Amino acid sequence: MNVKNTVLELLEEICQTDVVKENLDIELFEEGLLDSFGTVSLLVGIEEKLGIHVGISEFDREQWSTPNKIISILENWA
Amino acid sequence: MIPYSSFYFFFILGILLIPIIVLGYKEKRSIIYYSFVHLVILLLVFVSDIHQLLSFIVYIVWQSILVQWYVSYRKEKNESYVFYIAILLSIMPLFVTKMLPLFELTNLIGFLGISYLTFKSVQMLIDLRDGALKTLALKEQLAFLLFFPTISSGPIDRFKRFKKDMETIPTKEEYRLLLYQGINKIFLGFLYKFIIAYVINDRVIETPFIQGHTPLATFIYMYAYSLYLFFDFAGYSAFAIGVSYMMGIKTPENFNLPFISRNIKDFWNRWHMSLSFWFRDYVYMRFVLFMTKKKWIKNRYAVSYMGYFLLFLLMGIWHGIALHYIVYGLYHAALIISFDYFERKNKQLQFWKKNKITAIISIIITFHAVCFGFLIFSGRLF
Repeated sequence: MNVKNTVLELLEEICQTDVVKENLDIELFEEGLLDSFGTVSLLVGIEEKLGIHVGISEFDREQWSTPNKIISILENWA
Repeated sequence: MIPYSSFYFFFILGILLIPIIVLGYKEKRSIIYYSFVHLVILLLVFVSDIHQLLSFIVYIVWQSILVQWYVSYRKEKNESYVFYIAILLSIMPLFVTKMLPLFELTNLIGFLGISYLTFKSVQMLIDLRDGALKTLALKEQLAFLLFFPTISSGPIDRFKRFKKDMETIPTKEEYRLLLYQGINKIFLGFLYKFIIAYVINDRVIETPFIQGHTPLATFIYMYAYSLYLFFDFAGYSAFAIGVSYMMGIKTPENFNLPFISRNIKDFWNRWHMSLSFWFRDYVYMRFVLFMTKKKWIKNRYAVSYMGYFLLFLLMGIWHGIALHYIVYGLYHAALIISFDYFERKNKQLQFWKKNKITAIISIIITFHAVCFGFLIFSGRLF
């Protein structure tokens, strides 16, 4: 499964805009694209599609702030 | 003695901090001296009332046994019901403390800071349950729970963040900056709490005119009380954060110019942040996650709104089991839900465009909605 494509598909669906596919360094929280509700949808999506369980406590807004950062964390998930 | 409330407290604290500052400049930290300072301050805070002191000790022992037991349990198993029982047992002392006034019983088991300590304990249990926290030594738990600068009213730190600061000793340059920022914050605290908040209280709130219950008096009281609340609590927070910095711990901020919020969501990202973020992460998000996984309710907005109700109802009750606190919580839930609906409609229809004028109008509306909330909170209305 391709982590990058899956994450971008999820983000596009959750943020309801394709900006997230065009600019992979966009600040998701600062731009108001992602909020707590969207974060939960993202975590559920990641678990369903990639089989990676990320707990809410492990999700730090600063470290998970852009599409690129999210992809890189998930690609290196142990 | 209540922390940061008297000259005497600051005087003793100042003397106790000298060795910490000297060691800080030498890039050292003495855990033995840290423990000694904690012992002195905690005794100072609780010793004047033997009931408080005893309750405090029993409470700490209770939470230590509970959390440490859960740490060892979680290594073997992970049953949901055990987790819920652990959470209930952790909240129980706070719950009993909040219930006692309803039965007009003298509060023998409460002590200053019990609600803030409960946030920290519950947080550790949830992180253990999530697996975000694999191990937790008793001394780490106690260091986090008992950290004296924030013991009475927060800000509520996160265990992992706190632990990282405890394990890293700042370099001389870093410490110099922390010390400078810490002292700055403490002086800001003096300005906020002992000058501005004091003057608002003394010259406005406590005057016979405002104490008289005319509509105009209540109207002025609403603004005065809101400003008082901010300067008093932001002042306290500045002390707590400033002293933390001087000890090399970067306790999170509690306020970020809340009265220039553009909407009610923005407000909760700026007001009593360590509390609202706690509720966001440990109540709202977990509720939404739970409901999303169970799929009982298809409508995602309904789930979100129920989450907001739960969050603000709990936050209201946490302030005390009284009608005005509960109404305060429900009022904010209603505000957030209305705003969420407005924001969604506006995304489609674009009737409230982003420009300087709408920004100013938004700030004014939010300010008034927030002040009215504080009027409810003050208990003056009912």
